[in-house]
Amino acid sequence: MHLSEKAAIVGIGQSEFSKNIGRSERSIALEAIGLALEDAGVTADEVDGLVRFDLESSTEVEIAYNLGIPNLRFFAEAGYGGGGGCATLALAAMAVETGRADVVVCWRARNRGSGGRPWAGTRMQVGGDQQFYIPFGLVRPVDQIAMLAARHMFEFGTTVEQFGAVAVACRKHAQRNPRAMMRAPMTLEDHRNSRTISEPLRKLDCCLETDGALAVVITSAGRARDLRQPSVAILAAVQGSGPEHVVMANYHKEPFLETPSFYAARELWRQSGVGPDDIDCAQFYDAFTPLVTISLEEYGFCKPGEGGPFSENGRLEWPDGQLPTNTSGGGLSEAYVHGFNLILEGVRQARGTSTSQVEDAELCLVTSGGGVPTSAAVLART
Amino acid sequence: MEIPLPLPDDDTRPFWEGCRRRELLMQRCAACGRFRFTPRHLCPSCRSQRCEWVPVSGRGTVYSRVICHPPVLPAFAPRAPYAVVLVELEEDATLRMLGNVLDCPPEEIEIGMPVQVDFQQLTDEITLPQWRRAS
Repeated sequence: MHLSEKAAIVGIGQSEFSKNIGRSERSIALEAIGLALEDAGVTADEVDGLVRFDLESSTEVEIAYNLGIPNLRFFAEAGYGGGGGCATLALAAMAVETGRADVVVCWRARNRGSGGRPWAGTRMQVGGDQQFYIPFGLVRPVDQIAMLAARHMFEFGTTVEQFGAVAVACRKHAQRNPRAMMRAPMTLEDHRNSRTISEPLRKLDCCLETDGALAVVITSAGRARDLRQPSVAILAAVQGSGPEHVVMANYHKEPFLETPSFYAARELWRQSGVGPDDIDCAQFYDAFTPLVTISLEEYGFCKPGEGGPFSENGRLEWPDGQLPTNTSGGGLSEAYVHGFNLILEGVRQARGTSTSQVEDAELCLVTSGGGVPTSAAVLART
Repeated sequence: MEIPLPLPDDDTRPFWEGCRRRELLMQRCAACGRFRFTPRHLCPSCRSQRCEWVPVSGRGTVYSRVICHPPVLPAFAPRAPYAVVLVELEEDATLRMLGNVLDCPPEEIEIGMPVQVDFQQLTDEITLPQWRRAS
């Protein structure tokens, strides 16, 4: 399919990012969606598709009820927490490209800053996969990812400083972004000295706790040409899980360190017709720094095991790094809204409006959740 | 404080019943002979429903480990900081089990350390497979 036939992102909108926004998730979802429609220059009357995260507290119907959408003819949801981000784009693009919908809105609204930690609600009896890890105290997402990080360090000699380099790059970009929650300078030493949460991971390896909502508007390439903003084509948006996956405790298959990103990457490059060498900047899902390390390898920017060294020497940093990464500050320093802010930053890069704009950026990689069935997209300037 | 307990289901009950008898049982496909853990209904290689539960040696090595520092679930707070290990059984590389090493301070647990299964009874129904340092 030619670029001129691809579905495009034509509007973006968001609430502020805050530790405690003081309003319901539905209220901030409607704010973000309203702003995205205004940005695109389309009205709610024209929306006929909605795609949400399955963890979203508002249903598609509740959103349509509030917005006065006359008729939803496409509605869907993407699963697996942060893994669902680019999957919402994949579903919307499929709907638009096959004529199932004309204008689709995807969103994520989450009061994770004020709403408490999901793991704190762990039940006293755990079934399913959880019965094999929760009773031993492997409860928090940080513990589950630290298990991968510790093995990565053992096998490849990856260091604390190499994880720290990811956090420092994100913070440098956040300092240039007025929307970002964390803008104080950070050094590798600050990272090393931050308290241990789940050894080998420290506080500054972990994403922020944020209240916030974001939305995008997706339509056909033809319609996009008549709208207000420079349209950003979804060159490809894909999902992947890999074999014998166990969500968040994907420890029971070989190779151990291979994550769903490996499979999403393979599909993404196949469907997009481009490869890692063509990418101008990357927005990697960064709930925890080692997920970026592993993504660098699995999306093919370096060889397996070399994600640590690749992160060093400013390679991830705007403006001179080889691969400017998480140019808004990412989940580590801008905001953590299940990675949906990475999608908006990918759009801004392709529009040329990032606060850390990569010169002549044409192709931006965006990835979603690590350690879970995941998704990814290549966004293209048109 | 009581910790969250496993809730056995039809596919996992033989594993937990084995633990209650202080026996470490692994699920093996009765058609193609492939081991699998965690337990599930079908063999992912040959899709057979037929399986057998086989006693294994209980010998393994620490494949990875984390040390959990506060804030943790209140039930685990009294033991924090505590280590959680992933143990690879000697029978098969994909037989990896989470657990705790009962006789070793967290910082002394290293990847590659040999361990031997032990059992920790929590209730009449539930006994956890746990680990001790082996030589």
